[in-house]
Amino acid sequence: MSDKTDITLTVNGTERTISCVPRKTLADALREDCRLTGTHVGCEHGVCGACTVMVNGAPVRSCLMFAVQAEGAEVRTVEGLAPEGGLSELQQAFIDNHALQCGFCTPGFLMLITGALEKDPGMSDEDLTEVLSSNLCRCTGYRNIVRAALAAAPAIRARAREAAA
Amino acid sequence: MKPAPFTYYRPTSLGDAAQRLRDGADEGALVIAGGQSLVPMMALRVAYATELIDLNALDGLGTPRVEGDSFVIPTLTRHATFHDTEAAPAPLGALLHGVAEHIAHYPIRQRGTFGGSLSHADPSSEWCLVTATLDGTIHLLSADGPRTVEAADWSDGPMSTTREPDEILTEVHLPLLPGNTLWGFYEFNRRAGDFALGMALCVLEMDGDSVVAARIGLGGIEDHPRRIPEAEDALVGQPLDAASIGAAASAAMQAVDPMEDTTTSAGYRRDLTGTVITRALEAARNRAPAPAETA
Ligand SMILES: Cc1cc2nc3c(=O)[nH]c(=O)nc-3n(C[C@H](O)[C@H](O)[C@H](O)COP(=O)(O)OP(=O)(O)OC[C@H]3O[C@@H](n4cnc5c(N)ncnc54)[C@H](O)[C@@H]3O)c2cc1C
Ligand code: FES
Ligand code: FES
Repeated sequence: MSDKTDITLTVNGTERTISCVPRKTLADALREDCRLTGTHVGCEHGVCGACTVMVNGAPVRSCLMFAVQAEGAEVRTVEGLAPEGGLSELQQAFIDNHALQCGFCTPGFLMLITGALEKDPGMSDEDLTEVLSSNLCRCTGYRNIVRAALAAAPAIRARAREAAA
Repeated sequence: MKPAPFTYYRPTSLGDAAQRLRDGADEGALVIAGGQSLVPMMALRVAYATELIDLNALDGLGTPRVEGDSFVIPTLTRHATFHDTEAAPAPLGALLHGVAEHIAHYPIRQRGTFGGSLSHADPSSEWCLVTATLDGTIHLLSADGPRTVEAADWSDGPMSTTREPDEILTEVHLPLLPGNTLWGFYEFNRRAGDFALGMALCVLEMDGDSVVAARIGLGGIEDHPRRIPEAEDALVGQPLDAASIGAAASAAMQAVDPMEDTTTSAGYRRDLTGTVITRALEAARNRAPAPAETA
């Protein structure tokens, strides 16, 4: 029925069971039921990319998936990006390159870039720049986001190749 | 921006999905594949479902295969499958790769599916254009059994197909392309990743410099993508040069019946028809092997 059902999924390595109605998006379930508000919700119809998370290793729009569809899935959100006590190379590169202003779009860009490079480590810098057109930023004018992505890309590629080996 | 309430069902087999859709289609049950068109439409409340029947847990619907002289694309094949140029044998693989890059954005291509695009039938769907241009065959399944529809009979007006509400699209068959094929694709839109305002795909069989068979498909201009025979006729038997390309483009401009909307006039789309066909044919010509040195 359209009643709540229990959903078990893994978020940032921790198994969680939440209870949601079918129409609840994965983005809302992460924010409201998992209390992980790092995933932002902008347009709610797939255009802005603020809600990007990784599902089973691929970056996707979490506003275009229902939470019930994530039963059994491995989800990674921005909260799972930083190693213990530090920042990921990409997060540090965003600071170093002044790639955020208000920060609303930042979690989506971090997950987009990390997800695309982990999935396709062979992706060229040119293709990575093209991938950045997936998401919208209303503040930075994109140049600094491109710089940060290109600066961190070698480290992310190397780690992804190591994990695959 | 939240969809209206619905129930959710995750079938365990295609037969189970077809029966569930038969039982619920009259009330408004729909299948969900990638969700990359359906979920935005439900969020915007331009689409409603009493129940969503989720195909994503079904096995074996996500990996294309070669069967005889056909390339079979099961319905859940994600757009991103064709990030790999070798997902289909050459030269079809290169063509599908070249076109896939124009569909939406990387994260949307991770979930959006070939069958979902065909079912959604946007006038600017790249996969609808490919299927129409290559005269693919669409395979459907209902509780009564399977049925096939030829690509030319698929559209039933804007964003509408001859699929019955209780039928599930299971796979699309495309012909493998011979080695003497030259293809070219060109798409125009105002921003990267947007739906095309106009796009053309040409697939030519060559004998040396001369075109022996031509397929020219046009999308985004009329209410559904289709082949333009007048443009094809202008090329067959001709060398692929500026004169034949120009003749094909003007034949198409005369043959089309363009859509009109508040931002884009029919006249603009007619002009764009000539431009996208010219550029697709030029892209094909640029793929021609350099002429062999003669002693
Ligand atoms: C920002 C954005 C940009 C986009 N740009 C483009 C673009 O440039 N070009 C383009 O082609 N698309 C574009 N899309 C749409 C995307 O390609 C979708 O993936 C596609 O249109 C639908 O496929 P889906 O698998 O997501 O289907 P869904 O969204 O799951 O379904 C779409 C419709 O088809 C029906 N359906 C799905 N599968 C079946 C089946 N097997 N049998 C019967 N019915 C079925 C559903 O009931 C629904 O009515 C864009 C989407 C977004 C959000
Ligand atoms: S909130 Fe998901 S894409 Fe904008
Ligand atoms: S930093 Fe403000 S939207 Fe990107």
